[in-house]
Amino acid sequence: MKKLMTGNEAVARGAFEAGVTFASAYPGTPSTEILENMAQYKADVYCEWAPNEKVALETAIGASIAGARSLAAMKHVGVNVAADPLFTFGYTGVTGGMVLVSADDPGCHSSQNEQDNRYYAKFAKIACIEPSDSQESLDFMKEAYKISEDFDVAVLFRMTTRTCHSKTLVEEGERVPVAMKEYVKQPGKYVAAPATAKKLHPIVEDKLVALEKFSNETPLNRVEMNDKKIGIITSGVAYQYAKEVFGDKASYLKLGFTFPLPMDKIRAFANEVETLYVIEELEPFIEEQMKVAGIDCIGKAVIPRIGELNPDIIAKAILGEDRPVVQMSEESIVGRPPTLCAGCPHRGFFYALTKKRNVMVTGDIGCYTLGAAEPLNMIDTVIDMGASISMGHGAAQAFAKNGVEKKVVSVIGDSTFFHTGVNSLMDVVYNGSNTVNVILDNRITGMTGHQENPGSGYTLMGTRAKEINIPALCAAIGVEHIQTINPLILDDVSKALDEAFAFEGPSVIITRWPCVLKKFSPEDIKEFDLAPSVCEVIDEKCRGCRVCTKTGCPAISFNKETKLASIDKTMCVGCEVCLQSCPFDAIEKVGK
Amino acid sequence: MSKTTNILLSGVGGQGIILASKILATGLMNSGYDVKMSEVHGMAQRGGSVTTQVRFGEKVYSPIIGKGQADILVSFEEMETAKWMEFVKPEGTVVINTFRIPSAPILIGKADYPEGVIAEVKSNVENTQLLDAATMAKELGNVKAMNVIMVGALVKGLGLTDINWEDVIKSLVKEKFIELNVKAFNLGFNAVK
Repeated sequence: MKKLMTGNEAVARGAFEAGVTFASAYPGTPSTEILENMAQYKADVYCEWAPNEKVALETAIGASIAGARSLAAMKHVGVNVAADPLFTFGYTGVTGGMVLVSADDPGCHSSQNEQDNRYYAKFAKIACIEPSDSQESLDFMKEAYKISEDFDVAVLFRMTTRTCHSKTLVEEGERVPVAMKEYVKQPGKYVAAPATAKKLHPIVEDKLVALEKFSNETPLNRVEMNDKKIGIITSGVAYQYAKEVFGDKASYLKLGFTFPLPMDKIRAFANEVETLYVIEELEPFIEEQMKVAGIDCIGKAVIPRIGELNPDIIAKAILGEDRPVVQMSEESIVGRPPTLCAGCPHRGFFYALTKKRNVMVTGDIGCYTLGAAEPLNMIDTVIDMGASISMGHGAAQAFAKNGVEKKVVSVIGDSTFFHTGVNSLMDVVYNGSNTVNVILDNRITGMTGHQENPGSGYTLMGTRAKEINIPALCAAIGVEHIQTINPLILDDVSKALDEAFAFEGPSVIITRWPCVLKKFSPEDIKEFDLAPSVCEVIDEKCRGCRVCTKTGCPAISFNKETKLASIDKTMCVGCEVCLQSCPFDAIEKVGK
Repeated sequence: MSKTTNILLSGVGGQGIILASKILATGLMNSGYDVKMSEVHGMAQRGGSVTTQVRFGEKVYSPIIGKGQADILVSFEEMETAKWMEFVKPEGTVVINTFRIPSAPILIGKADYPEGVIAEVKSNVENTQLLDAATMAKELGNVKAMNVIMVGALVKGLGLTDINWEDVIKSLVKEKFIELNVKAFNLGFNAVK
């Protein structure tokens, strides 16, 4: 029976059917659901969240070398974090089959850039596979493990937001258990000291030659010959878009195995068709290699290299088709930017921070990035995970060296602190920076939909885990000024900031309160007062000053006719931040 | 282009649009259509705009459509309708839930909730239908049932009456919510022509 599955569910299913027994990932949209779905197979597959992508890949490499089929999954920018082990793993090769899933995000739906990770396969000298829908996501995973073992090479399995998050019909298969290979010590293969590395490099080049031969032969790269006037070479979801536009009116070379490219097959196809197009999302990965090989084609000259493709863009670019489009007036469209949730513990911290003057706030990747949005406007920079603390250090040193008086506050979430923030904090302490480092500990990885992390006390497979004690960790690194506060009490936040500003040397403030959307653990219920309640505006006392709306809470609105604030009872969770912000005591807490 | 029906659902994070799309897509799959469904995730749960696309027919290639290609836009929130109008075929259908959720710029007084959306949609797309799903859901005793009311209305509009939607709902919602959702579906189904 067919099922509707997202690409991510299908990748997990494919790995399960391929006999994988080890899987690790760090959550990141659009890749997160791969490991979440692997966890349903935990009887057969050990699954875990790693603190970052480098660790996820290294654990999977370890499992592979030990002899098991293994998987690591991450979003495109996560592969940047994991790039260090990846490039050397490209030299050593595998024992058990190993697949690295890279979920790219053309169009930046939820990412800080839109890099094309097929280049990582070429750069690291490993194989690249690109499925175009959920069925292929499942089937190609099984192929990927065979290729990995047959050619002694890791496989980069390139998904994109559309293949990850689209649901398409899938026929499942059975799991075929794969016996663990016997572990044999092989220092000549796995100890990548310079002497070994030098010997491994020519072996890798030979593997690539063998892989290109395979690429020309595998049905993963297939020709669909129809009308020969237009020939299209395409991969990933772009194949589906091209089929949507041209149907049977063009011929296709549909590439599922895109590194190394099947250059003989491409050349033969090019010779058969009149006009040859390359339709690929983002970079001219296929086109460039074709042109280097002397095969003429039309690619990025007409197909945009920026953003996500769709059938419409292709039809317009190649056929000049333009559809009538309904144009609405500007007045009818008001933006709906994402906001911190009603009752989000980050709001209290950021709102209290708005009262401090002459500060630079270095931010990080997570829900709290929204502290950069109106009306809080409290974040100055966001680059990558862990960067807030190290960038704050750099900024503070630059200010100090050049005689600029400015306080630097670095804000980072709990999961991001474990990810790479802790390394940055070591830099801050070791090099004696005078920055205020705020760990916004909402007891979960919030942004990606509540994954457990080393601070939450549970594992991906649901077992109780040792909770990392953040204050003790900071103290062990050498931070001498550490405060743990409830971010919903504005006076406490303000006092903690004053103390940290006055302290000479690196300081840490931990704001500890659970994410309002998370499923509370028994430990949360024990530790925090989470009794449901709501806040209410007393109309007689409200003077319409709008201070409460400056907290940016989506439950509070200002009525222009009555000139009064009001609170939406269905959204409010009674966090009391607005109550504390009101200069006229016009908000009070009532039971729910 | 292949003969495929393109449906766009739009609204605000938390309105249950993903479940509504799943009900629709599952029903279509059960009755033998090829179906693809695409959703935008990420920061959407934090009060942002949410949109999904459901495409069905004999054979569906792309999981997404381009501008001017939706046969039906089902909007769960009034203002959100405007943002997706450029995806609707001028000869298509728009179903609007006349329910308003002010966005952040409106809440803090930087903008007003737009008043002319419905009139403007009607002037562009003749086949525009309005539904007050919030009032209907309140009658059922649960305002969250709005999403399934909208599915009922959509199914009626598409003429997909020979699918057993009750079974689909049963397979996708928790047992204690089945009765509520079946009622909501029927309420929406009977509310449109």
